[in-house]
Amino acid sequence: MVRLTKGNEAVVVGALYAGCDAFFGYPITPASEIAHAAAEWFPAVGRVFVQAECETASINMVYGAGAAGKLSMTATSGPGMSLMQEGLSYMAAAGIPGVVVNIQRAGPGLGNVYPEQADYNQAVKGGGHGSYHALVLAPASVQEMCDFTLRAFQLAFQYRTPAIVLSDAVQGQMTEPLCLPAAELPPPAGVEAWAVQGTSATRGNLHTSIFLDVGVLEQINIDLQQKYAALQAEARAECYRTDDAEIVFLAYGTSSRIARTAVDQLRASGIRAGLFRPQTLFPFPRAELCQLADRKLIVVEMSCGQFRDDVIFQFAAGCGKAPDVRLVNRMGGVVLPLEQVLQEARKLA
Amino acid sequence: MSTKRTVGMYASFDRSGTTTRASHYCAGCGHGILHKLVTEALVELGLQDRTIIVNPIGCAVFGYYYWDVGNIGAAHGRAPAVATALNRTLPGAVVIAYQGDGDLAAIGLNCALQAANRGERMVTFMVNNCTYGMTGGQMSPTSLIGQRTTTSPLGRAAATEGYPLHVSELIDRLRAPVYIARCSVADTPRILQTRKIVRQALEIQRDGKGYAFVEVLSPCPTVAGTDPLQAARFVATEMEQEFPLGIFRDVSGAAVPSTPAPAMSLTELFAGCHERDLPAPRPDPSVTEHRLIFAGSGGQGILSLGLCVVNAGAMAHRFTTWYPTYGPEQRGGAVSCSLVIGGQPVGAPTVEHPDVLVCMTAPMLKQFLPLVKPGGMVFCDSLIVESDTPLRHDVRIIAVPATELAAAAGFARGANGAILAAMFYTNATGLPEQVFADARDLSFRRKPDLIELNRKVFASGLAWCRENLKG
Repeated sequence: MVRLTKGNEAVVVGALYAGCDAFFGYPITPASEIAHAAAEWFPAVGRVFVQAECETASINMVYGAGAAGKLSMTATSGPGMSLMQEGLSYMAAAGIPGVVVNIQRAGPGLGNVYPEQADYNQAVKGGGHGSYHALVLAPASVQEMCDFTLRAFQLAFQYRTPAIVLSDAVQGQMTEPLCLPAAELPPPAGVEAWAVQGTSATRGNLHTSIFLDVGVLEQINIDLQQKYAALQAEARAECYRTDDAEIVFLAYGTSSRIARTAVDQLRASGIRAGLFRPQTLFPFPRAELCQLADRKLIVVEMSCGQFRDDVIFQFAAGCGKAPDVRLVNRMGGVVLPLEQVLQEARKLA
Repeated sequence: MSTKRTVGMYASFDRSGTTTRASHYCAGCGHGILHKLVTEALVELGLQDRTIIVNPIGCAVFGYYYWDVGNIGAAHGRAPAVATALNRTLPGAVVIAYQGDGDLAAIGLNCALQAANRGERMVTFMVNNCTYGMTGGQMSPTSLIGQRTTTSPLGRAAATEGYPLHVSELIDRLRAPVYIARCSVADTPRILQTRKIVRQALEIQRDGKGYAFVEVLSPCPTVAGTDPLQAARFVATEMEQEFPLGIFRDVSGAAVPSTPAPAMSLTELFAGCHERDLPAPRPDPSVTEHRLIFAGSGGQGILSLGLCVVNAGAMAHRFTTWYPTYGPEQRGGAVSCSLVIGGQPVGAPTVEHPDVLVCMTAPMLKQFLPLVKPGGMVFCDSLIVESDTPLRHDVRIIAVPATELAAAAGFARGANGAILAAMFYTNATGLPEQVFADARDLSFRRKPDLIELNRKVFASGLAWCRENLKG
């Protein structure tokens, strides 16, 4: 089935096909259509929809449903995402799976409802307290809004971790053909071993994140870091026309779509350009990135350079030193003009 | 020596880190008594397997050392949100949010009230000792006037700290709860009364009848700096004077458990809620990519016209994107959208320099006309081309008397149809006729009575094009 679908609605399609049991949400522009579609579709197929009183409640409902071994999610944008950081930290600490979709708007503060990618550090570096990360997937199309939401549930349960789908206002609001998943995923196996479900089999199970013994808590932290090391196996990137590229754009999400058009236009004018697009931001596809260390590199993003900073860090961690990385960016809700990206590339050609 | 333990609690409290039968609660604390009353009732009612207790932050954060049921620790004040999720996703579970007055009445008051107001099937036990115990004896919302705490060293003053918050009475203002009571563990008669109340609240949960709230006045001798007897006396006198005991509400007899609504499958849902199947996009490098902007004001159906063209593209196996553009121009009702239709996956979904501009208001024409690529096409209602519109000679401007044609066809609001006809006639998007017709009819699927009128406007638009345009 192929349907013309809005990005925000595609998230809900992906969630339903993942087998998501419950949606907990609080409205915020430009993510509200996710709650609208969930409010209509979840109850229709016998799933749970609750409009929470605030984002703090939403994320704690996700925590509760995840603790019960149920698939649940919430969706929000910057200000709401900030309120959810405490809950994400608790989820990471207790090993509770759940999915949060962030349709990034421009900040800081109330900002505006136009697209930005300035929640990168918050999502990727663990925006709450303590040494933790959430898994972060970065879709770049309506199809990926669906597919990555579905994938986020799989990975969240496989690794028992919160997962973030880091999208933005362009992708949330745009409409493209969506190929619906072929079939609904089966429920995750083995949850009775850890979930608290109000049954005799799960009666002895416990979720908590308080460990007064420093040795115990240190071990929990070590285990968490080992989990993140294992997560590295899930890193994914798309390389578009990079094989012979002299200039490579580094971009994710909506910025990568603009960079992709720039690649084609530069190629048409004889400049060998390519695009490296991480599809997972945590874990970062570091090995794939490091293969491009000898190219002329331009980061394309809609933030002050948060993604660029991470790229430099990933190069340094992966190949020992960071090559020169140029930055072409806009902030405040300005969608990067194609021309600005082209100009930067022509300077290097 | 015989060992007597409360059934429903663990035999030894290994989760505390040592094999011990001593609780972490201070001597004279009320938590232990309430723990015992709750577990006894759970066991007597046969609910131990079904029960999940959401433990709070505060002294009862370690409740899971003791309760031999499913346990979850919640963030400060969030037990009712966690419990809400459990209630909604585990229909058979008995859900308990166990909280203190600092946890519930301060940071968690909204969560608590909202869960109560939604009538979640759960019981909240609020242990009210008028202070933050574990955190260090600070003032809580329920601290008494004049009560000295570490954050009200001179005693709570109404003028600056307000009055003790009466949570049971607040909950009693809500319609959804079926059971609300305040009781005490200050002495044996009160404990026996509390035992009955606890049992009643749990019976309501056993039967899935709705939300129950039980506030339990409880001593904290450690923070008070008194011995257990004095602390209990404080509860029975001064606290009780402020917070009178009683059953505020019991409508559980009339409450009816809810039954789930019938559900459909995902296939049924998506077959029904979308209009029709589209073919999957097919890569075709020979197809020229078109980048379009549609601009007008709200109510003209300009966004729908854009969606109609995107639908036509999708029906023709094209890769398509439709993106409603935002900007300050959106104030005053101005709207616009970007479309990309091509034979390859679409890159930038935003369009800065369109090769096709469709414009339905004069200001938008002035704004967007300079952005059109040389050699591009502009479609607009001839009405909006004003004398001061800076026309361009390097683009083809097709000004259709769309409003006039629509009015003549008996569908004054259907000017879009004539514009669409001109786009088709001039092959502005390279899409075949049939998909245009199908997409046009599809966009009126929710207003079937308008389909015929819209076809008439489209036809007269085509006729006008044949007469006035070349190719």
